Amino acid sequence: MTSTRTDLTSADVAELSRLLSTGEVSAVEVTRAHLDRIAAQDGRLGAYLHVEDDAAIAAATAVDEARAAGDELGPLAGVPVALKDLVVTEGVPTTSGSKILEGWLPPYSATIATRLAEAGTVLLGKTNMDEFAMGSSTENSAYQVTRNPWDTDRIPGGSSGGSSAAVAGDLAPWSIGTDTGGSIRQPAAVTGLVGHKPTYGSVSRYGLIAFSSSLDQAGPMARTVLDAAVMHEVIGGHDPRDSTSIDSPLAGLADAARSGAAGDLRGVRIGVVRELGGEGHTEGYEPGVLARTREAIEVLAGLGAEVTEVSCPSFDLALPAYYLIAPSEASSNLARYEGVRFGLRVGDDGSHDLDEVMALTREAGFGPEVKRRIILGTYALSSGYYEAYYGQAQKVRTLITRDFTSAFADVDVLVSPTTPTVAFPIGARVEDPIAMYAADLCTLPASLAGLPAISVPSGLSDGLPVGLQVMAPALADDRCYRVAAALEAAQDAARGHRLLDELPGRAAA
Amino acid sequence: MTSTMGDRLVDYDELLTRYEPVIGLETHVELGTASKMFCGCATTFGAEPNTQTCPVCLGMPGSLPVANAAAIEATIRIGLALGCRIANWSRFARKNYFYPDIPKGFQTSQYDEPLCTAGHLDVEVDGQTYRVEIERVHLEEDTGKNLHVGGATGRIHGADHSLIDFNRAGIPLVEIVTRPVPGAGAKAPEVARAYVTELREIVQALGASDVRMEQGSLRCDVNISLNPAGALEWGTRTETKNVNSLRSVERAVRFEMRRQAAVLDDGGRVRQETRHFHEDTGSTSSGRSKEEATDYRYFPEPDLVPLAPDADWIESLRVALPELPAARRVRLQQEWGISATEMTWLANAGALGLVEETVAAGAAPGDARKWWLGDLARRANDAGVELAELAVTPAQVAELVGLVNDGTINDGLARQVLDRVLAGEGDPAAVVEAQGLAVMGESDELVAAVEAAIAGAPDVIAKVKAGKVAALGALVGAVMKTTRGKADAPTVKRMLEERVLGS
Repeated sequence: MTSTRTDLTSADVAELSRLLSTGEVSAVEVTRAHLDRIAAQDGRLGAYLHVEDDAAIAAATAVDEARAAGDELGPLAGVPVALKDLVVTEGVPTTSGSKILEGWLPPYSATIATRLAEAGTVLLGKTNMDEFAMGSSTENSAYQVTRNPWDTDRIPGGSSGGSSAAVAGDLAPWSIGTDTGGSIRQPAAVTGLVGHKPTYGSVSRYGLIAFSSSLDQAGPMARTVLDAAVMHEVIGGHDPRDSTSIDSPLAGLADAARSGAAGDLRGVRIGVVRELGGEGHTEGYEPGVLARTREAIEVLAGLGAEVTEVSCPSFDLALPAYYLIAPSEASSNLARYEGVRFGLRVGDDGSHDLDEVMALTREAGFGPEVKRRIILGTYALSSGYYEAYYGQAQKVRTLITRDFTSAFADVDVLVSPTTPTVAFPIGARVEDPIAMYAADLCTLPASLAGLPAISVPSGLSDGLPVGLQVMAPALADDRCYRVAAALEAAQDAARGHRLLDELPGRAAA
Repeated sequence: MTSTMGDRLVDYDELLTRYEPVIGLETHVELGTASKMFCGCATTFGAEPNTQTCPVCLGMPGSLPVANAAAIEATIRIGLALGCRIANWSRFARKNYFYPDIPKGFQTSQYDEPLCTAGHLDVEVDGQTYRVEIERVHLEEDTGKNLHVGGATGRIHGADHSLIDFNRAGIPLVEIVTRPVPGAGAKAPEVARAYVTELREIVQALGASDVRMEQGSLRCDVNISLNPAGALEWGTRTETKNVNSLRSVERAVRFEMRRQAAVLDDGGRVRQETRHFHEDTGSTSSGRSKEEATDYRYFPEPDLVPLAPDADWIESLRVALPELPAARRVRLQQEWGISATEMTWLANAGALGLVEETVAAGAAPGDARKWWLGDLARRANDAGVELAELAVTPAQVAELVGLVNDGTINDGLARQVLDRVLAGEGDPAAVVEAQGLAVMGESDELVAAVEAAIAGAPDVIAKVKAGKVAALGALVGAVMKTTRGKADAPTVKRMLEERVLGS
């Protein structure tokens, strides 16, 4: 492997874009460098479920030919990208991490996949994930374990763990994740990446295999805040195919990232959420995570931000509410996997009737966590229990939204740790679903309220990355990018390099 | 499953001495929108299976619905025509159950927040008006269609395998649910039929659907219960599905009343269940029992935003409603100078629009009525089809009437012409021309026929000359026979009189 290729795989997208635009490297070179590294390293990390190989080279070749022909190309033409395996891609295997969709070749593409392709990006492959995005460690994938590049005995977060491992492990310069209760932010936090969950409705869900429709959002996972903002601008904006898509223009996100990186946060009011790791609410939080969070807040204050503590008492109810709403919607969303039209079919040998074939297919095709949530959701929606469970959970959702509304009357953004701990060891929480669910404690409130939230690295604890979460009002995603970029720039400057450069064995870009 | 053969039935008039029926109707109308409810697929009836599908109506992973604005508007217009309250906040809901013809594992429907509630429809049977209260009108999507291959019945039992056509999946479906209708007594079957007839006319007048029961664009579920006469509590109801013609609605109610009466007479309990109507026998048979029915686990559809129709917009729809059938009947009754009873006949025969169009095409109202309620009604009945399904247009009927009135043909010839029009041989004038069916003038042919008749019946002539003039009728018949009905009978009679009596 040449040093140039190593550089290409550890460069951020802003750098790749510059190299490609100026013709210093070709799209085929960039793509080849990534494919080579995937071939060499993914056996160790397990980030990809499917690699495009020849198709990626063909797409890159097309970009190079268009450039050679003098076509006007966008700044991202030739930049590779990885998609979480629940982003539907025409003719490219899409499993959502489940055996029930093994071998399915979709007849259409998700809006965000189309937008990324139209921007000229090259699809490297599809990344591993917890089955149907249900999990916080990617251990619920029906296919393989994915390892954290910082310590391969540890989880890469989840459910977008393939996407986080790919980007942190230099197997993709950036990737798409999806976030239902924290599935972009938590994996970004534990792998030293930037991950942003957009305002609900600001990125199209058309073609994202649904877990929980009222919560799912796709978003960027990247090495820098600026890269994340750039990707968000590519995938975001109104889509008439998604009825919940918001028909209003995106704020200037890349501009917000650039302005934040300039380091001036005077006039920005930051609220620190007491219920998320503050006084009296530290149980389950690692001291190292709380320390990095405090330090990051001090850095922000040092840049001129006005920091106060705010209380959002309903946040304590977020976890139980989430574990009623998300499974309820999932129990319905996953009803279509019964073997009639696509995917796995079991027992269709003439000895079983229709109901049995459906049941056998679902029995064999779904993993234990998916079954657990289907059972939970089916129960919560049952006649006679609906009001007590689903109905109550929706009321909690309203209370959480009210807490945010009153907090945002006084502050511009809210901050907290992204997740209470650093990456935990593989297998540590497999037998304890409740402990696994706790990984999403800090990310759930913004999910339930549909608000934008970003995770940005705040440092290391015991050699493992810690993330700071920045939450903003609906459609004020730009505030997340601005504050995150300010922290990133200040810390990079203070340490003289990026946090990701401390990843063991990784060559500095 | 129970055999329909085994059901004991009580005599209809007899059961009415002991029981009172309560009926209720759930009617599904497939809207005539160009595209489906939640995607852009076409809705053409009869297309090759699975050619009008896309990832959305096939329920492919990741696909999302987008509500059809034209369907929402049509539903609100139906609600307005039925005097409903239109919700200012309404949501779709998921009705969850497994069946291969629902691609998503749930049907997108409406539950506790329907678009329209609390309306009514007045129907008239034998001069009496019955008010049918409308509980709700809501919007949902149709299912696919199962085709069971092999086996004799086309039903799933005994079939070798089943195919699914998803062309119908996702077509917008409006469900109109009545409140229970007590008090119809012996007239319950007719009230049920009149309700569906009137509803169909309204939907047709609104242009919201072609409401063709035989194509399934209007489908009816009929609820029936019986309670002992004078009882305060209503009995247990059955829900009869698969009732696919107006006549069947009436038959299904009547059959269930007779069957339930027998069950109650025997001291039994009517099971709350779904029953299937059988067109061939006019009977119903047990389907799945409601007691073991699915819990549909309704919840608000998170993939669609709530509907909040603007009050001004609703008002503009109300103002723009076309003349509704009831008002139209009053107007036409006056214009045509007919009685209310005659008007009811016309309406119940489904002939109103046909007569109106025939009149518009130039026929006198009386003539138009005579043909549609007479010959044509008889032919439709013989063929077991609705009047409107006959292969003759109002314009053709008007043309036929014109030919009779100007003497080109007589009524007898007109019937022959009609046969050929129905057989697809063309318009009446063309048929008359092609087949030489016009009434004969005093042509050589007719003169020859008349003279041949006189020559061939000397005994009759003798009687006539002896004063029995009426005997000439036999000769008229003979001439009509030799001319195959083309002669004009009065003319023939006059010619015979001239020749025999010399007057």
